[in-house]
Amino acid sequence: MAQGMDRVVVIGAGQAGAQTAYSLRQSGFEGAVTLLGDEPYPPYQRPPLSKGYLKGELDADRLFLKPASFYSDNRIDLVTNATPVRVDLAARRVELPLGPALEWDRLVIATGARPRALSIPGAGLEGVLALRTLADVDRLRPYLKKGARLAVIGGGYIGLEAAAAASRLGVSVTLLEAAPQLLGRVTGPEIAGFFLRTHRAAGVDIRLNAVIEGFEGGGRVSAVRLADGVRLECDVVLVGIGVIPNVELAQQAGLACGAGLIVDRAGRTSHPDVFAAGDLVQRPLVHYGRVGRLESVHNAIEGGKIVAASILGLSPPIEEAPWFWSDQFDVKLQTAGLWTGADQRVVRGDPESGRFAVFYLKEGRILAVDAVNAGPEFLVGKRLAALSARLAPSELADVNLSMKDIGARALG
Amino acid sequence: MPKITFIDAAGTQRTVEAKNGMTVMETAVKNNIPGIDADCGGACACATCHVYVNSEYLDRVGKPSAMEQSMLDFAENVKENSRLSCQIKVADDLEGLSVTTPESQH
Repeated sequence: MAQGMDRVVVIGAGQAGAQTAYSLRQSGFEGAVTLLGDEPYPPYQRPPLSKGYLKGELDADRLFLKPASFYSDNRIDLVTNATPVRVDLAARRVELPLGPALEWDRLVIATGARPRALSIPGAGLEGVLALRTLADVDRLRPYLKKGARLAVIGGGYIGLEAAAAASRLGVSVTLLEAAPQLLGRVTGPEIAGFFLRTHRAAGVDIRLNAVIEGFEGGGRVSAVRLADGVRLECDVVLVGIGVIPNVELAQQAGLACGAGLIVDRAGRTSHPDVFAAGDLVQRPLVHYGRVGRLESVHNAIEGGKIVAASILGLSPPIEEAPWFWSDQFDVKLQTAGLWTGADQRVVRGDPESGRFAVFYLKEGRILAVDAVNAGPEFLVGKRLAALSARLAPSELADVNLSMKDIGARALG
Repeated sequence: MPKITFIDAAGTQRTVEAKNGMTVMETAVKNNIPGIDADCGGACACATCHVYVNSEYLDRVGKPSAMEQSMLDFAENVKENSRLSCQIKVADDLEGLSVTTPESQH
């Protein structure tokens, strides 16, 4: 272990920050670990927030990654409601609004991202909400009574998952998407079309090419006003139009930032003793020969493990192809790899059957797969994407060939 | 509340008290049992909570769903008594259950 490395401070107690702390302890680090979270809760899973937790199927304590006793048992000093105001790289200190500054030998920045806000008239009205934290869902849920009217702004995963959950609660849901296709930032037309049909069949009113002018209401939102003159009455609005990385603290400290806080493959920022992981980082995407910012549990967990290994001078875990999932109604979508740059899409199985996959290829090599209720396609596809495996589209599309066989041919 | 024993690949046993209604995976994670990562938090999306169920309990644990089975088909070192622990709900009749974690998850 490196000399002079007794104190690690982690800013951010989301999945990435928490994983860093867990991995440091699991790998035998004996020094002090301080985990600073700006929420009132111990680290928790965010994915169920727009799924089971929104539907009221889970209690908050089932979201917590570890029981409260874990932190004291493992000497992780978890500080909640802590929002650092400044990072001083020269003095190696983190300043909090109250109390003495925290000194560190290694600093980890895992401040995540925050929902992008709409800057249109009425965006500040009561009942115009976002969905990122437990507190956000606790604000949203009381509105979602049977028969209530929810307007979702944005047809990305958060908006669609919330629309599905609310619809199951008996809420009347209208989803407004500015683009001509759902999920435009993250997937192709086959998957987007499948979710469009699934939601419409379940009674969600999806409107594409919707240009929103503003929200109306006296104090509390009562309608969405569209550019085409339509006035859509509603009881609550959920805005899900993407996130902005929380890079301000790092930027003010003078750390290099691009699309996010820039880290190398070891999770190291432009300062040799400062590391970062999670939604806020721009990291090397080793399977694709470029850099990028990812927003997923896999990215947070892997980043946390990499940072812990780097701090301790251990060999880092092997990077997996990025993976992700989404649950909507009875559909489980599992994605492996990144489809950006694909020049060919191969559909395997019949979308009408509710079980199919889309493989994305570039120059004959597999970039990514979107698997709908199709575990084998996902699991094999994840390995194929990691290796940029070359496969004949006709074989991929042939459902008489099992994924096991396809995997064996490509992976040897 | 039933007791569940987790056995790691090296044979080390850890017995913990489980809560009815929670899953075996959640029981492991909350008790910091090594070898059960459960990256996806129990969404049956990642197959990192794979366990071998003590054969005496296989019937009580029940058969895997189609989705779980398809994930298991492609997990590493799968055996006949393989299950994803995120899909096993704790109930009184699982008192004394023991599960072993595969070496590949350590």
